[in-house]
Amino acid sequence: MNVSRKIVLHFPARLVEEAIAYRLVKEYNLRFNILKASIIPDSEGFVVLELSGDQEDYDRGIHFLTKTGVKIEALSQNVVRNEDKCTHCGACLTICPTGAFEVESKSRKVLFIHDRCIACSNCIKACPPRAMELHF
Amino acid sequence: MSKTIEEINSKIKSGKAVVVNAEEIIDIVRQQGISQAANEIDVVTTGTFAPMCSSGIYFNIGHSKPRIKLEAGKTLINDVPAYTGFAATDIMLGATALPDDDPRNKIYPGDFNYGGGHVIEDLVSGKDVSLSATAYGTDCYPRKKLETWINIHDLNEAVFFSLRNCYQNYNVATNTSDKTIYTYLGVLKPRLGNVTYCSAGQVSPLLNDPYYKTIGIGTKLFLGGGAGYISWHGTQHSPNALRTENGVPKRGAGTLSLIGDLKQMNARWLRGVSMQGYGVSLDVGIGIPIPILNEEILEYTAVTDEDIFSAVVDYSKAYPHNLPDILGEVSYAQLKSGTIQLGGKSIPSASLSSYSRALEISNILKEWIISGKFLLTEPVASLPGAGSSQSTKPLNYRPVERNNCY
Repeated sequence: MNVSRKIVLHFPARLVEEAIAYRLVKEYNLRFNILKASIIPDSEGFVVLELSGDQEDYDRGIHFLTKTGVKIEALSQNVVRNEDKCTHCGACLTICPTGAFEVESKSRKVLFIHDRCIACSNCIKACPPRAMELHF
Repeated sequence: MSKTIEEINSKIKSGKAVVVNAEEIIDIVRQQGISQAANEIDVVTTGTFAPMCSSGIYFNIGHSKPRIKLEAGKTLINDVPAYTGFAATDIMLGATALPDDDPRNKIYPGDFNYGGGHVIEDLVSGKDVSLSATAYGTDCYPRKKLETWINIHDLNEAVFFSLRNCYQNYNVATNTSDKTIYTYLGVLKPRLGNVTYCSAGQVSPLLNDPYYKTIGIGTKLFLGGGAGYISWHGTQHSPNALRTENGVPKRGAGTLSLIGDLKQMNARWLRGVSMQGYGVSLDVGIGIPIPILNEEILEYTAVTDEDIFSAVVDYSKAYPHNLPDILGEVSYAQLKSGTIQLGGKSIPSASLSSYSRALEISNILKEWIISGKFLLTEPVASLPGAGSSQSTKPLNYRPVERNNCY
């Protein structure tokens, strides 16, 4: 079974220069998509990534990360659409980097496909009626 | 065969009028042809729902004890400055006004979370809004300060009034520069990263009556959820804009000035909007019925997105510097497909105008007419048309020399 989760990895300073992501790919057969990162040599860093692969590989990968000293958190930022506020104009369509908005061809209503959302927040201020909200 | 508005109204009153929206008419004409459709159909309803900056409201708050005259003082509604250069308790508020302490673009791009458009939305929703006023005081109007909650239900009059709504067609915006720009047509990504447009296309009112043959001063319409009227042509009305062979303007062209009772309207159709890095505005819902008086008028209403074109304008250069250059022309069918082709490049497209809401308005108006509660009006005067002297000139800039500074 395949899983795909958005997680935040906190690296202690000693691990910042380790090739951890490389080992996730090479040894645990996982795919990752970096959504946000801040890595500064000799200080703590964090990476927000979407990690996906086989459930078993995923669990082994997470175990490996924990063992090396990486602190793991589920991504707690969540972008939701306030349906009362959305006017279905479509201003969000070309702002979203992952194509989480689509126009339904018949009704021309704008669909928000939450699974594709990486909570980058670009849509929040680009939405004229401010229908997109960031929840923590 | 031709019909009169009077004849159509008597059919509406007897519940026999045939009313369809501007999307439905397209297939009807394809199936039945112009002549049969013109015979059968009495009214085609249109709609649009989009940010329209030159919208506003005026209202009268009633006199306080002791009296205050707000004129030439300062009046804020929910901290947003209103215009009071009229008689004592008459107030006008525009959609784009901002609180004095809004940081605007000092932290670029500004958020513009609350302004005139939002006050209008709050007021029409029936929420209490604060009024805070200072004035200079006179013998007959002694009060100098007033702070009170006001509510639309308590106002003597509350009227929607726009200087310009309902643009017949509009620019398609893009950005050729190397940085993201923030415009009234939304966020434009660098190097032709996207295009945005703002028209309901084939259901938009003035695109269905391109020569203003039925729409004129006095036409009754759907405005903000209530009924309104055309009060005049809008500012920047440009009937002589470039048109296609079928008469449809390919540039901004016609505009309308509208008026209506705000107390009948509702916030679904008057919605404050925030344009990141630009300012605030008001989404306005408008729907105009087009009486099918003859075949020619019906043929105009059968216009499709394939037949309507607009100009792609560079908002990083041509627009801000007021240059006539355009990057090309595209149809609304291309724009609505989600991608346009421009100079061999595919560019994703997005709309600022809600087509689904425009369609909803055309359907509400259709129901109003079918149920007999909305009758059509005969225009009392025509809008300036193609071939008239009406045009939109740029500013005749004449620098002011100030020599006499003492």
